[in-house]
Amino acid sequence: MQLVVDGKRHEVDVEDDMPLLWVLRDELNIKGVKYGCGVAACGACTVHIDGVAVRSCQTSVSDVDGEVTTINGLGAPGAMHAVQEAWVEHQVAQCGYCQSGQIMQAASLLSDTPNPTDEDIDDAMSGNLCRCGTYPRIRAAVKTAAVKLREG
Amino acid sequence: MNKVGKIARRTFLIGAAAVAGGVAFGVYKVRTPFDNPLENDLADGSATFNPWVIIDSEKVTLIGPHGDKGQGIAHAQAALIAEELDIEFGQFETSFGKPDKAYWNRAMADDGVPFMFTDKSFSAESMRTVMGGLLKLLGMQGTGGSSSIPDSFVKLREAGAMARETLKLAASNLSGVPVSDLKTANGAVVLPDGSELAYTALAGEAAKLDPVREIKLREPSEWRLIGKPMQRLDIMSKSTGTMNYGIDVDVDGAVHAAVVCNPRQGGALNGYDADAAKEMRGVQKIVDVSGGVAVVADNTWRAIQAAQAIEFDWGPAPYPAEQDDHWAEVAASFVEDRLDKEWRHDGDVDQALAGGKAVDVEYRVPYVAHAPLEPLNATVLVEDDKVTVWTGHQIPRMLQQQVAAVTGHDPEQVDFHNQFMGGSFGHRLEFEHVKLAAEVANQMRGTPVKLTYSREEDFAHDFPRHIGMARGSGAVQDGKVVAVDLSVAMPSVINSQMGRAGLSVPGPDTQISAGAWNNPYSIPNSRMRAYRVPELAPTSSWRSVGASAGGFFFDSLLDELIHEAGADPLAERIRLMQHDVSRKVLEAVGEMSNWGSALPANTGRGVAFVESFGVPTAEVIEVTNTEDGIRINKVWVAADVGTVVDPINFENLVQGGVIFGLGHAMNSEITYSDGMAEQANYWDAEGMRMHQCPEIFVKGLENSTSVRGIGEPPVPPAAPALANAIFAATGQRIRELPLYKHIDFV
Repeated sequence: MQLVVDGKRHEVDVEDDMPLLWVLRDELNIKGVKYGCGVAACGACTVHIDGVAVRSCQTSVSDVDGEVTTINGLGAPGAMHAVQEAWVEHQVAQCGYCQSGQIMQAASLLSDTPNPTDEDIDDAMSGNLCRCGTYPRIRAAVKTAAVKLREG
Repeated sequence: MNKVGKIARRTFLIGAAAVAGGVAFGVYKVRTPFDNPLENDLADGSATFNPWVIIDSEKVTLIGPHGDKGQGIAHAQAALIAEELDIEFGQFETSFGKPDKAYWNRAMADDGVPFMFTDKSFSAESMRTVMGGLLKLLGMQGTGGSSSIPDSFVKLREAGAMARETLKLAASNLSGVPVSDLKTANGAVVLPDGSELAYTALAGEAAKLDPVREIKLREPSEWRLIGKPMQRLDIMSKSTGTMNYGIDVDVDGAVHAAVVCNPRQGGALNGYDADAAKEMRGVQKIVDVSGGVAVVADNTWRAIQAAQAIEFDWGPAPYPAEQDDHWAEVAASFVEDRLDKEWRHDGDVDQALAGGKAVDVEYRVPYVAHAPLEPLNATVLVEDDKVTVWTGHQIPRMLQQQVAAVTGHDPEQVDFHNQFMGGSFGHRLEFEHVKLAAEVANQMRGTPVKLTYSREEDFAHDFPRHIGMARGSGAVQDGKVVAVDLSVAMPSVINSQMGRAGLSVPGPDTQISAGAWNNPYSIPNSRMRAYRVPELAPTSSWRSVGASAGGFFFDSLLDELIHEAGADPLAERIRLMQHDVSRKVLEAVGEMSNWGSALPANTGRGVAFVESFGVPTAEVIEVTNTEDGIRINKVWVAADVGTVVDPINFENLVQGGVIFGLGHAMNSEITYSDGMAEQANYWDAEGMRMHQCPEIFVKGLENSTSVRGIGEPPVPPAAPALANAIFAATGQRIRELPLYKHIDFV
């Protein structure tokens, strides 16, 4: 079957029920997408399908019906997305393992809700677990990113 | 004494030649520096000045042997060297280096000695020196116990200074300009005319020289980096999905493995049926491993799916099958023959209690999982004359020994590549997952094997934080707390953990009652006893180890006594605190939180203080009892680490430590039924979520004379401060973690 990931078309030969997460990581070698729980409890595997955040560990590859964007496609060192810039500015990461998913979730929130309230941020981000406890910095970075995106 | 002091100082200069003798042979042996591990495989024209700096014609590499599990030590180690080396971020690379005795951790002994951190007496300091010497003899390279900064703070700056001065000597030899006229900046030696000789251009000349050993460290007022906001070296990669963790290691030709081992930890595998698994797509091999079975496949998911399709016949657990029986064993342990140690008896507690106990209560803390977000993993390649291991680990040299014992190699033949870790909280002090990967790879010599735990396997095979109980009482008089009597019973986590590594640790376990016995209060009548429960489920160090339990016991009891005395929780703690540095921490948190100010309805505040790893830490928490449950509004934290190396990272680690402590206090435990952990994934033990996260205000104090680490100390006060705040808001005193068994949270 065919998949478009980070703007590039791929042909993959896998089972229909293989989660998108493992197609990305093990078949396409896109390692920015993280495995944390396998049951959509932690959000580390979050990617976008047509701009909307989904948990790739609970999305069968055969159900993917749009273009996939991963953290590696969102931006890169030297050409970061505004959300990534805000994450660097606030030095959010400790271990950093959850941050790919946090950033993808935040980018999806901000494309729907350019000026989120604290409650909007809590609602959107509470499915993304951070074991290191960087939530205060995530909150601040989401707000900074919102300003950056609004100001273009 | 002077002579010993001098030599002790010289041991910091590990690259230096043999130390002049003059002290006892044993001490001399302990103090003999190790060879410089970097000199073994240097290319021509490379210079190494000590095990932390390597320079060739292309680049400068700073070696930071402490593992990075998110605490930012990779950055901090480089910053400490760069401070003296006069090199800027972006001008050097970093590496965790190779396992080596020379990287022994000088500070790890500090918390293992049976003396309070406030005790600077001759016997306490002597014991620390002896313990430190022992760790050196063992070449104990380790990351844990919030010891990386204390271990690194002086020696890495000395390493940088030594390299700088040697480079200046090389520049002097080449230019004819006296050393005294040379300066250094931006990775280069600067001549009086302003021209620069890059360190890389001086590597060849410097390699011919003996390192300069007469160095003087800069005064704090001269620091460019320490104490200033810095951008962590790993922040860019961790914000763009480009940081590679152990789970991302990509070795050519690697196969993917998954394991299922007896969920009754340590129990036997009686038999299994893998017929269905064998037929599944991508499955290449099914092999026996200790206590379970591994599936090797061409893809991680296929390996995990096939492993879960195997039908197993497991043997019983070597510990009580039901949680109630674990508790019963703990409850039965407050008896004379299980007394591990009476750590402290100030005044006369029995007499003070003779007039009546103000409180007489029992507390409990559960088993808790580490559950770092990156599931445990290891990639291993076994060849006849070499084993290569890629994973993130906290004790590299022990890892070499453990792997070598599996494969039949010598430890020196194990080539270990340490990786950035997606959290640990203590789980990556363990070896089981690495040994299992080595077992599989040893059955497939020549093929790299990458083993990834499923999250369920990670939970099932965690070695959780110990359970524990405490019984406490005390007395009050004239509005003051005058006596406290606390007995703690728990299994020895150190015994369990070291036992798995084949080591036995003699003597009482400081961690059984850590956070309680070593409290720096001056309560006139104070007795702290620790009882050792025989091992139940296997346990391991969990962020802040004993203090995570002992801090909850002691501070909760103190809070109850203060309430009975009718005193103010903060004022009475301050009154009882004679230790100057600790008292200032309490005073600071009072000022920050404006303690005593009027609060809205149904709102209360709690304060707690715990010293752990040499860091006095006080927290004030404010909660509101809403219709939907307890909401945590705000937290104020003051902690004294002597010197704050990086204020941004310090704040982040303190906030994270508070959140870690609060999340587990609220809702996380591991319980056993039929010998198996009942919690299998984050739904069952999730910690704190974003919507529950309070505002957290942080202040780092620098009154202490010793420089300490902040990874763990914010954790222990969080649980008691929360329980004390809930009491203040609701009148409900909760004496058991997790708190959600007794009260709802928003």
